[in-house]
Amino acid sequence: MSCALLLLLMSLALAMGTGAAVEIQRPRGVPLSKRQFYEENKPFTCLDGSSTIPFDRVNDDYCDCMDGSDEPGTAACPNGSFHCTNAGFRPAFIPSSRINDGICDCCDTTDEYNSGATCQNTCREMGRKERESLQIMAEITKEGFMLKQQLIHEAKRGQEDKQGKLTELQGSKKGLEGKVEALRTVKETEEDPEKKAKERHLKSWEEKKELIRMEKDKTRMAEAFLELDDDADGYVSVAELQSHLELDPDSNGSLTETETQGLLGGADKVDTSAFETVWSGIKDKYLSEGLSDPPAPVETPQEEETRDFVADHNSDHYPEDYAGEEEDVEDDEEDDDHEEEEEEEKVPPTVQTPEKREDDEVSMPPYDTETQSLIDAAQKARDDFDEAERALREVDDQMKNLEKEIGFDFGPSAEFSYLYSQCYELSTSEYIYRLCPFNRVSQKPKFGGSETNLGLWGQWDDPEDNLYSVMKYDHGQGCWQGPNRSTTVKLTCGKETVVTSTSEPSRCEYLMEFTTPAVCQEPASLDKVLHGHTEL
Amino acid sequence: MAAFIVRMGPLLVLWQSVFLSGTSAVDRGNFKTCDQSAFCKRQRALKPGQSPYRALLETLELTNTKLTLQLINDNNKVRLLLELYRLQGNMTRVKINELKPLKPRFEVPDVLINDPPTEPLSLLSQDENGVVLSLGADSQWLIVSAKPFRLDIMEGREVLLSLNSRGLLAFEHLRIRKDTQVDPEGAEKKEESDAANEPAEGETANEDGMWEETFKSHTDNKPNGPSSISLDFSLPGVEHVYGIPEHADSLKLKTTDGGDPYRLFNLDVFQYELFNPMALYGAIPVMLSHNAQRTIGIFWLNAAETWVDISSNTAGKTVFGQMLDYVQGSSETPQTDVRWISESGIIDVFIMLGPTPTDVFSQYASLTGTQAFPPLSALAYHQCRWNYNDQEDVAAVDQGFDEHDIPYDFIWLDIEHTDGKRYFTWDPHKFPQPKDMLQGLIDKRRKMVTIVDPHIKVDSSYKIHNEIRSKGFYVKNKDGGDYEGWCWPGNSGYPDFTNPEMRAWWASMFAYDQYEGSMENMYTWNDMNEPSVFNGPEVTMHKDALHGNWENRDLHNLYGLYVQMATAEGLIERSGGVERPFVLTRAFFAGSQRYGAVWTGDNTAEWDHLKISIPMCLSLGLVGVSFCGADVGGFFKSPSTELLVRWYQTGAYQPFFRAHAHLDTPRREPWLFGPENTALIREAVRQRYALLPYWYQLFYHAHYSGQPVMRPLWVEYPQDTATFSMDDQFLLGRDLLVHPVTEEGGRGVTAYLPGKGEVWFDVHTFQKHNGAQNLYIPVTISSIPVFQRGGSIIPRKARVRRSSSCMEHDPYTLFVALSPKRFAQGELYIDDGHTINFDKQKQFIHRRLSFANNALSSRNLAPGSQFITPSWIEKIVILGASKPSKATLKTPDGKENLLEFEFDASMSVLTLRKPGVNAGVDWTVVLQ
Repeated sequence: MSCALLLLLMSLALAMGTGAAVEIQRPRGVPLSKRQFYEENKPFTCLDGSSTIPFDRVNDDYCDCMDGSDEPGTAACPNGSFHCTNAGFRPAFIPSSRINDGICDCCDTTDEYNSGATCQNTCREMGRKERESLQIMAEITKEGFMLKQQLIHEAKRGQEDKQGKLTELQGSKKGLEGKVEALRTVKETEEDPEKKAKERHLKSWEEKKELIRMEKDKTRMAEAFLELDDDADGYVSVAELQSHLELDPDSNGSLTETETQGLLGGADKVDTSAFETVWSGIKDKYLSEGLSDPPAPVETPQEEETRDFVADHNSDHYPEDYAGEEEDVEDDEEDDDHEEEEEEEKVPPTVQTPEKREDDEVSMPPYDTETQSLIDAAQKARDDFDEAERALREVDDQMKNLEKEIGFDFGPSAEFSYLYSQCYELSTSEYIYRLCPFNRVSQKPKFGGSETNLGLWGQWDDPEDNLYSVMKYDHGQGCWQGPNRSTTVKLTCGKETVVTSTSEPSRCEYLMEFTTPAVCQEPASLDKVLHGHTEL
Repeated sequence: MAAFIVRMGPLLVLWQSVFLSGTSAVDRGNFKTCDQSAFCKRQRALKPGQSPYRALLETLELTNTKLTLQLINDNNKVRLLLELYRLQGNMTRVKINELKPLKPRFEVPDVLINDPPTEPLSLLSQDENGVVLSLGADSQWLIVSAKPFRLDIMEGREVLLSLNSRGLLAFEHLRIRKDTQVDPEGAEKKEESDAANEPAEGETANEDGMWEETFKSHTDNKPNGPSSISLDFSLPGVEHVYGIPEHADSLKLKTTDGGDPYRLFNLDVFQYELFNPMALYGAIPVMLSHNAQRTIGIFWLNAAETWVDISSNTAGKTVFGQMLDYVQGSSETPQTDVRWISESGIIDVFIMLGPTPTDVFSQYASLTGTQAFPPLSALAYHQCRWNYNDQEDVAAVDQGFDEHDIPYDFIWLDIEHTDGKRYFTWDPHKFPQPKDMLQGLIDKRRKMVTIVDPHIKVDSSYKIHNEIRSKGFYVKNKDGGDYEGWCWPGNSGYPDFTNPEMRAWWASMFAYDQYEGSMENMYTWNDMNEPSVFNGPEVTMHKDALHGNWENRDLHNLYGLYVQMATAEGLIERSGGVERPFVLTRAFFAGSQRYGAVWTGDNTAEWDHLKISIPMCLSLGLVGVSFCGADVGGFFKSPSTELLVRWYQTGAYQPFFRAHAHLDTPRREPWLFGPENTALIREAVRQRYALLPYWYQLFYHAHYSGQPVMRPLWVEYPQDTATFSMDDQFLLGRDLLVHPVTEEGGRGVTAYLPGKGEVWFDVHTFQKHNGAQNLYIPVTISSIPVFQRGGSIIPRKARVRRSSSCMEHDPYTLFVALSPKRFAQGELYIDDGHTINFDKQKQFIHRRLSFANNALSSRNLAPGSQFITPSWIEKIVILGASKPSKATLKTPDGKENLLEFEFDASMSVLTLRKPGVNAGVDWTVVLQ
C-alpha cells in the first residue's frame, strides 16, 4: 500500500516537475525515457532488435516492428503502446489501439490527434483532485497508523493479559484436578456402603414379594381348580381340562385326550394336591374362564395373519421408514433377517403385560433410617464431586477459548485482535449486514425474516502471503443449485472501524468493504514526497 | 399419526432429492408426446395405404394464375378444394382447403412478403386418369392423378417429389358437435371411417380427444372440434433431409419410426435435452432434401402445432420400408418419406424445386424475405448475464473489458433491471440514472440491450398494463375475459401481437419519450415469447385462448414472430426510420429472419451443448435465419475454464456471438480465470473483430440474396456425398472453413477439407493443405482450426480496438489465398454500419477484388452506389504466392508506385507493404 502510494506520488511529482518545462522533441507517443532510441535522420532499430528501418517509417501508420516500437504514436501495431505526458497529472501508457479511436483516454488529449473527437485537457483538474484525495488519504493513513500503534500496544497488553490469565487458569486447573480426584475418592468411599445397604433392602423386598406371589399363585390355583372342576367332585378330569384349548402343547388348535392326559401327568383326573404339580405346568398358559371373553380358541390362526400383515407393512410398503431414523440399527437388521423370530417373540409379551402390572402395583417400602442416611451421605459426596468437575470443565473451556483466541492470526503485530468478539453492522435498503470478524458474516432482512449465514471465518485470503487485507468467510448457508454462501471482506485503511459497503457480485458470493486503522501502513516518507519533489 | 409424520421425514427427503436431481435435465413429463397430443395420435394411427381421396376432374378450372380442382373423400363425401400454382422462380404451391368449411379455416398471414407472383400453368394432356401440366422449360411436369388422388412432380422421366403417394392426405373437416348420445348414422359413419383413411368422425362423443383433451390438469376446450390436416411427401433418390428447426438434434434429420415425430410447437423448455425431436422455442416448417443431383425445399405454411414424421427405406428396412417397396414395385432406389401433421388451418405447401442449394435459398427468400441486415456492431461481441446488478456493476464490467483490453460492443441487461419485472421501466434503486449509464457507454462507443418480454404485469399502477387493458389489446381467454397467466412478474397479461393495431401501439412504446431512460444506443431483447406461461399447459398459452376470432391453436407458432416484428418496428420508428434495428428473439417462425437475431435459448454449460450449437445454427441458416448463436459458456451451470475458452473460440466464428449466464452461476467475465485464460479469450474475441468486414459482407449477402452466412459443407459442395452428414465443422460464406474443438482435453481434430483440386490455407499458420481429404490437425488450447479457401480474398481489419465503432475508419488488410491456378476472388463491402441509407440512398461501397494473371485489382460492383470512406488498404497478404521481382500499384489517376514487399519462402507468403490506396477506389497491383 505505502509502496504503491509512494510511487503514485513520485510520478505525480515528476509530472508536475516537467509539466511546465519546455516540451522536448521526440516522436509522438514516445516516453522521455526512450527518447534516445528515436534519433531523427538515423535508421531506427526496433527496440527488440528485430529489424532496422529508415527513420521516416517511425510513426508512418504501418507496423514494421514485431514489438510495435516503430509506431508509438499510431494505432498501426497491435501490441504497441502510446505514452501520454499528461502534464499536470501523471503520465500514462495506453494501448496503441486507443489512439484516434474517438475516445479521450489521455487527459492531455494527445491520443486523439486525428479522430475528430473533441477532448478537453483535464490533466490539471485531475491532478488537483488526485492531490486532494491523496492528501486526504495521507492524513487518514497517518492518523490511522497512529491508531494502529495504539491497537498494537493494546493488543500486546491484551495478549499478555490473556497469557497471564491462561497461566492463572492452568494453575487453578491443577488445583481443581486435585480436588476432583479427592472428591472422587470420597464419593466412591461413601457409595460402597450405600450400595450394600440398598442391595440389602432390595433383597428383603424381593423375598417378601416372592412370598406374596406364591400366595397369589396358590389362590389362583385353587380358583382354577374350582373353575375346572365343573362337576365339583374334587377332581379335575381330562374332559374338564380339554375345554382349555390354550393349553394345547403343540398349538395345533385341538387338545386331544392324550395331550390332556399328558398335562395331568398321565392320570385321568387329579385331586387338589396332585393338581399342584399339574398347575405349575399349565399356569403360564392357563386362561381363566371368567376372563376368557377374548377368542382364545381362534387365536393361533389369527396370530399368523396378523404377523403376515405386520411383516408386510414393515418390509414392503414403507421401506423408507427406517432410512435415516435414529432408532437402533439392530431393529433394521432384525427386520431383514429374523422377521419370523422377532414376531414370535413379540407376541407373547402382550399376554404377559397384565401380570407385570400386578407386580408393579405393590411398591417397595421406604428405606430404613440407617440406609437412608448412608444414601444421603453418598448423594452429598456425588454432588460435591459433580460440582468440582463442573468447575474444572469451566476452567477447561475458558482455557480453550483463550488458547483459540491466542492462536488466531491477528496480523503481524496482533493489530487485528481488537476486532475479536466484536460485530459491525451495515444497513442497506433491504438488509442489515453484520460482520463479526474472525467469527461470521450474516444478513438479516430489515422487514422481518430470518437471518442468513453468509459465511464463517475461514482465513486471511490475500493474493500475497504477507499481506493482511482480505478476509474470507465461507461455508455459509447453501444456495439452491449453487454453492454455500461465502463472503470476501476487503480491508482498507481508515480512522474508524466500519463496514462501508456490501454487494453480491456473483450469486451467493458476497463482497464487503471494511475500514480499520489496523491495515494502515506507515506513511514514512509521505511528507518527503509531497514537499520534497525539488530534489527529483 | 405422530409416528407417521416422523416416518414421513426421510421419505420427504428422499422425494426432494429425486426432485432436485431431476432438475438437471428437462422434465419430459411437462411436454406432450405425439401420443398425448390427441390430433397427432389420431393422425399417426393412419397407416399408408390407398387414399380415399379422388380428384373430380370435371371440376378442373385453369386460369392464368392457377389450377383449381375439387377432391372428394369417397368415405365421407366431404369435398376439398385443391389449388395449384406455378410460382416464379421454379416453385409450385399446393393449397388444399375444405370446399365449403363450416367456418373459415386459418390461413397464415404476414409471413409471405407478398402474394407470390405466378407463372402460367399449361395443360399438356388430360384423360379420365388425370392431367399433366407443364412446369416450364426444364421439362418439368406436374401430374395430377385422379384416383386415388396424388401429385407427382417429374423432371423428364424422373420423379422428383410425390404428394399423397402414400395416401396420408387427411383433412378433418369442421363439423357440428351433436350432443345426442345415440346417433346411428354417426356410428355407422364411424365404422366406415375406421376402415377408411380419415380419422374417426367423432360427431357424437369426445372420441379420441376431438372435442376436449386434458393434459396434466389443463383442459383444452375445442369448440371447433377436430380440425387437423396431414399430407405425405415422397422423395425418391433422397437420403438426406434437413431443416425444420428448432430441435436440439443433428443437422441431418433422423427417421422417426419407432419414436416421436419432430415437433414444431414454440415452447419454453427448461433445461432441454439434446439429440431428440422435442419441440423448442421456435418453429420453421421448412425442410430441405438433398442429393448429389438436386436440392428441394418443402415449406409447409402452417402456424399450428405441427409434427413431422420422416422415414427412409435405407435406414434399416422396416416393415414400413417393405410396404413402400411393394407400393412402388420394389425399387432399390433410396427414398425418404415425410409426413406433415398440423392441428388446424389449411394445407399450404410451397415446393421449391431448386435445383441447387443456392436456388432453394433464393426461392425461400422470395417467399418470406431475407435476413435483416444488422448494424455492424451487432455482429461484434455481446456481454450478457442474468443479471448485471446495477449501474455500478455495468460500469465495472465495462471498465473490466478496457483493463483487460478485450473488445466488446454490447452489454445486456436481463429482467432484473426492471422495476418489478415491469418492462419499459427501471429498478429505481439499481438503475436510478439509466441515461447516465447509457451515456457512459456512448462515450466508449458501446451499446446496451435491455430485455422487453411480452408478458405484462397485471398491475393497475403500471402504465403499459393499463393502456393495453383499456384498449382491449390483451389476448382473451375462451370466455372472453383477458387471458392471464403466471410469468416472471407474477400474474401477467399477454398482448395480442397478432393485432396490427396492438403492434403499432407496442412499437410506439419504444419512442424515446415513451420508454423513459432509453437512448439511441439501447436495443432490445424479446425473451419468453413462445409465449412462456409458467402455469399454462406445456408452459405455454392455452390453445383455446383467443386472438380476435382465432384460437391460439391456429397461430401459436406465429406469436413470437409478431413480438419481434413489433419491437423491431418500434426501434425503426424511434429513429425516424433511419436506423437499423437490432432485436434478439427466442421464439420464431418462418419470416422471423426479417426482424433480427435468434439464439438457441437456455442451453447448458456442457461440452455436448457446445457441440449441438453447430447443427442448431446450421439448421436455422438453411431456412433463412442466418443471425443465430448459442449462449457462449452455456446458460445453466458453470463451465470449466477449458469449456469456456473453447466456447469463446467457437462462438467467435458463429453469427451471433454473446456470452450469457444464469443468475445462480458464478461470475464468468473473461478475466476471472487467470491471465492465461484471459489472454486466450481475448485472442478469440480479437479474431472475431479482425474478421468483422467479412462477417458484414456475408450478412449483406444474406440480406440481399438469402444465402446463409453459416453453411453446411454440402451447400458449397453439393455433389460431395462425404459432406452430407457433417455437422462438426462448417463454412462461413464460401471461403472460411471452421472446425471447432468440442472435446474436453482435445489434442487434435480431423477436419474434412472439401474440393478436389482445391487448396485450403490455415489462417493461423498459412500452411497450405489439399482439398478432398480428411486432415488430422493437432490443436492446442490457443485456437481452433480455421481455413481460408484457395481462390478467395478476405478483408480484415487488423487494428482491433475496444469496440467495432472505434474501428470504423480503420484500414483494411486483404488476405488473398491463391488457388492452384493462381486465381482468387473476393469482395469488399462498406457502408455507415448502422443506417438504412445503404438501401434507401445506395450509400455503400461494394467492390470486386480479384487476383488473376499476377494482378490484384479492385473494381466497383455497384456503379449506382456512392459512399466515401476514409479507410484505406493497409496491407495485402498473398498466400500461396511466389516471389515477384517487383510489385506496382496503379491508381485511377494514372500514378504508379512501387510497393515494398516481404516474401516468406517457407510458407510462400507475400506481404505487400502499405498500398495506402483508399478502399473505395479502383486500383491494381501488378506483380512481376
